[in-house]
Amino acid sequence: MAEVQRRKERLDRGIKVRAESIYAVSSWEEAAYLLAPRIILVLGLLLAPLLVQSPYWKRVVTVVCVYGLLGLSFDFLAHFVGLVSLGGALATGVGGYASALANKALGLPVFLSIPLASLAGGVVCTVLLLPCLPLRGVYFAIVTLMYPLVLSRLVEAFNILGGTDGIPGVQGFGGPWAESYIIISALLLCLFGLRRLVNEDLGLILRGVKDNDQAVKASGISVTRYKAIAVFIASTLGCLAGAYLAHLYMWAGLSLFALDFSILPIAATVIGGGGTLVGAVVGSMILIPLSELLREFGTLRIAFYALVLMGFIVVRSEGLMVWAQRKYHQFERWVQI
Amino acid sequence: MNMDKPLLKVEGLSKTFGGLQAVQDVSMVLYQGEILGIIGPNGSGKTTLVNLITGFIKPDKGSVKFRGRDIAGWPPHKIADLGIVRTFQNMRPYYSLEAYRNLIVPLNSPRAKRMGMGRWGERDTVALDILEEIGFERDSFVPYKKASALPTGYLKRLELARCLALKPEVIIADELFSGLSASEIASLVPLIEKLQGGGITFIMVEHRLRELFSLANRVIALDFGTKICEGSPKEVMANPRVRQAYLGPGGSD
Amino acid sequence: MEIIVYGIVNSVSLALMALGFTLVYGISRLPNFAHGAFYILAGYLAWVGIRSLNMGYIVSVLLTIFVVGILGMAMYRFFLIRVRGMPISEIIASYAMGLFILEALRWKGLKGMTFTLPVIYPGTIFLFDVPVDYQRLLVVAIGAGIVAGLWLFTKFTRLGLALRGIAQDEQAAMMLGIDSDAMATVATGLGSALAAVAAIVLLPLGNIVVEAGYQVLIFAVAVCIVGGLGSWAGAILASFIIGFAQILTVSYMQSHFQVVVALLAIILTLIAKPSGLFGRQKQLEERV
Ligand SMILES: Nc1ncnc2c1ncn2[C@@H]1O[C@H](COP(=O)(O)OP(=O)(O)OP(=O)(O)O)[C@@H](O)[C@H]1O
Ligand SMILES: [Mg+2]
Repeated sequence: MAEVQRRKERLDRGIKVRAESIYAVSSWEEAAYLLAPRIILVLGLLLAPLLVQSPYWKRVVTVVCVYGLLGLSFDFLAHFVGLVSLGGALATGVGGYASALANKALGLPVFLSIPLASLAGGVVCTVLLLPCLPLRGVYFAIVTLMYPLVLSRLVEAFNILGGTDGIPGVQGFGGPWAESYIIISALLLCLFGLRRLVNEDLGLILRGVKDNDQAVKASGISVTRYKAIAVFIASTLGCLAGAYLAHLYMWAGLSLFALDFSILPIAATVIGGGGTLVGAVVGSMILIPLSELLREFGTLRIAFYALVLMGFIVVRSEGLMVWAQRKYHQFERWVQI
Repeated sequence: MNMDKPLLKVEGLSKTFGGLQAVQDVSMVLYQGEILGIIGPNGSGKTTLVNLITGFIKPDKGSVKFRGRDIAGWPPHKIADLGIVRTFQNMRPYYSLEAYRNLIVPLNSPRAKRMGMGRWGERDTVALDILEEIGFERDSFVPYKKASALPTGYLKRLELARCLALKPEVIIADELFSGLSASEIASLVPLIEKLQGGGITFIMVEHRLRELFSLANRVIALDFGTKICEGSPKEVMANPRVRQAYLGPGGSD
Repeated sequence: MEIIVYGIVNSVSLALMALGFTLVYGISRLPNFAHGAFYILAGYLAWVGIRSLNMGYIVSVLLTIFVVGILGMAMYRFFLIRVRGMPISEIIASYAMGLFILEALRWKGLKGMTFTLPVIYPGTIFLFDVPVDYQRLLVVAIGAGIVAGLWLFTKFTRLGLALRGIAQDEQAAMMLGIDSDAMATVATGLGSALAAVAAIVLLPLGNIVVEAGYQVLIFAVAVCIVGGLGSWAGAILASFIIGFAQILTVSYMQSHFQVVVALLAIILTLIAKPSGLFGRQKQLEERV
C-alpha cells in the first residue's frame, strides 16, 4: 500500500499581503492587523507597574526589562551580525562601574550618569573587544566568555574600584515609579530602534556581514569596522542595563560581572526566538518571573536556566516568537504530494 | 584594448598551502579595456590566483601592481576600494536578504559613495536599476525575492551586479558561466561586451572554453600553478602543452 | 630552583586538566565546555565513594573514572549529538550542561563545608632543596604516564588509529567505514574520564569547590587555544608556557593572577596568532 505523502504548506494570510502595501493606511482592519501586536506589547509593558501591587513584583518588572535589554543586545549581535557573545556581563559590569564612577566621582545626577556611562561603557567594551573582532564563531564566543572573568579578577587582584567591596552609595532613582518607567521606556526605545536599524542601510550591511563576510570584503567594505560599530551598539545597550542596575541597587560591585548577565539573556533569546528581537524581551518576561518563583532554591536557579536552555537548543526549537509570528502571518495546511 | 596601458601587472606570484604549490611564479599583465581569459584544469590554481590578486589570500612571494602601485598583501576591502572587484566561484550572496537589498550593501561602500552611486534614500532605485541592467525583470517579483529563493542563473548575475554597484575598473569573474545553460550564457555575453565597451577591464576565469574564446582578447593557461602559455585564443588552443594539460598525456593529437 | 620545580609541577597539572579537552576537540572538533564540570563532579563522586559510602580508595577512584566516562559518553550520545556541526550551539549546549552540573552540585551543598580528597601517599621530600610533597610528584608521574599512554594508544591500537583517522580527515575516515559518531562518543567518554583522572590526582592538593570547575575550564581552554585547538604537542608546550608564567607572576605578585595569566594568554594568542602555536586549521578554514 502506498503511503500517502504529505507536507505542510505555508501561505501568507491575505491580510498580511495587503497590510504590506500602501492600502494599510486606508483601512482600519489592515492597520489594526499591523498595530495590534505592537500595541499589546507597549501597553502591557507600560501598564505592568500599575497592575502589580507589591514593591517586590514591581522590582521584578524592572529586572525583566533589564534582562530584556541584555537579551536584545545578544540577539542583535548573534542573529544580525553573526557574533555570538557569551560574555554579556562584560557590558553590564563596565556600564555599572562607569555609571557609579560618573555619579560618585564626577557628581553627575542619575539622568546624566546613565546615558554617559552607556556611551562611555560602549566605547570601552568596543575597544576591549577590538582585537577579537577578526575572530570567528567559536573563537569569538570563547574570548567573550573570558572577558567578564578577567575584568572581575583584575578588579579583585589590583583592589581597584573598591575591590571586592565595590562602590557603595550610588544615587538611587528616588521612587518606584521613576525606577520602573525609566527602564521600561529605555527598553521600548531600544527594541523599536533596533527593529528599525536592522532594516536600514547600516543594518543591511551588518546582516551582510553575518551572511557572508567575504562578500562584504569583496564589496570594498571593512568588515572589522562594521563589526566594531555593531559591538558598540550592543555594548551600549548592555552598559545601559548595567548602569541602571548600579543605580537600582545603589551599588556597583563585582556581581555586575556575574554569570547571570551572560547566560540568562541567551536563554531568554533562545526561548523567545532568536532573530526576532522582540523574542528576547518576551523570553525574559517568561524566565525572570519564573526564576523569582525559584528564588528559594538559591543558585539552583542557574542550573534551572541551564536546563531550559539545553532543552530548547537540543530540540532545536525555533523559539516562541518565531512560532507566534508564523502563526500570525501565515496559515498552514497539509497538502498531498 | 590598449596595449601600451598596463593596468595590472603581476610578477612572480607564488603561494603554497602546506606542501602544495598552488600558484608558482606566475607573471602576467592586464591591459586597460581588454578581456583576459584564464584557463586551466581543475585544481590548477586559478581561484588561488584570483584570491592572491584580490587580497583574499596573502602571497608568499611576488608583487601585484595596479597602476604602478604595489598592492600585494593589501586587505581585500582596500583592493576592492581601488576598483578591482571579483565574483566568487561558489556564489556568495546574502541569502537572508532580498535580491535588491543584496546590492544595498555594496552601494554603501566608500567607493560606491565616492563614485556617486546613489545617496541615502535613492539606493533602492539604483539597486533596481543595476538589477534591471543585468537581467532581473524590473516589474516582476524577482528583485524582491530572497536570494535563498533564487535559482543559480540569477545568483550568478547577482554576483556580477555586486561588482557593478562599485563602478569597478577591473572585474575578475571566477567561473561566471559554469552552472549556466547555453541560453543563459548567450544572454550574458552581450552584457559583458557592453560593459567592456563602457571601459571595464575583465579577467575571466573559465572552464567553458568555447564561450570564453569568443569573448577574450587574450588567454593565459595555468597548470599545476604555473603559467604554461599565453596568447590569443587561437594560439592557446593550438598549444600542445595546453591540450596535454586538459586531455592528459598522450591526448595531444 | 624553586620556580623550576614548582613550574614543572604546575605545568603538568595544567596539562592534565587540559588533556581531556584537547582530546575531545582534536578528535571530534567538539568544544566540551562541560569539561570543568566533569572534573568537579569526579571529585565529588570520589569523595562520596570514599567518605560517605566507605568503599575504599581504589574502588571509589576506579568507579568514579568509569562513571564519569560513561556520563561523558551519555552526554554526547543523547544530547550533543543533536547539535553536532553547529559550533555555537555545541558551545552553548555543553556550557549549559556544565553549568547545570556545577550549580546543581553547589546547591547540593558543595560550599561552606570543605570537601577534600585524601592524598595517596602523604609526606614531603626535598628536591634540590625544594620541599615537594609526594602528591605533587605523583601528579608529574601520572601526567607523563597519561601522555605516554595516549601516545601509545593512538599509535598502536585499532580504536586509537580510528580516532586519529577521524581527527585528521573526517570525510575520508567515514568513507573507510569509521563511524564518526561512535568515535565522538568514545572521545567524549575518554575526555571525561581524563577529567576524572585529573580531578583525582589534583584535587587532594586543594578543596573541592565549584569555582574550581570554572577555573579548570578556563585553564583547559587557555592551554588548548594557546597550543592550537586540537594539537596535542601544542597543548603540552602551552601548558609549560602558561604554567611557568603563572608561577612567575604568582611568586612576584598575588595568587589572584593565576587566572588572569591564563586569560591574558588566551587573548594575546588569539590576537597574535589565532590558530595557536601549532594550529593548522586557519588556512583550511578560510577557503574562498
Ligand atoms: N585555502 C586552501 N588551503 C589549502 N589548499 C587549498 C586552499 N585553496 C586551494 N587549495 C588547493 O590549491 C589547489 C588549487 O586550487 P584552486 O581552487 O586555485 O584551483 P582552481 O584552478 O580554481 O580549480 P577549479 O577549476 O576546480 O575551480 C587545489 O589543489 C586546492 O585543493
Ligand atoms: Mg576555481
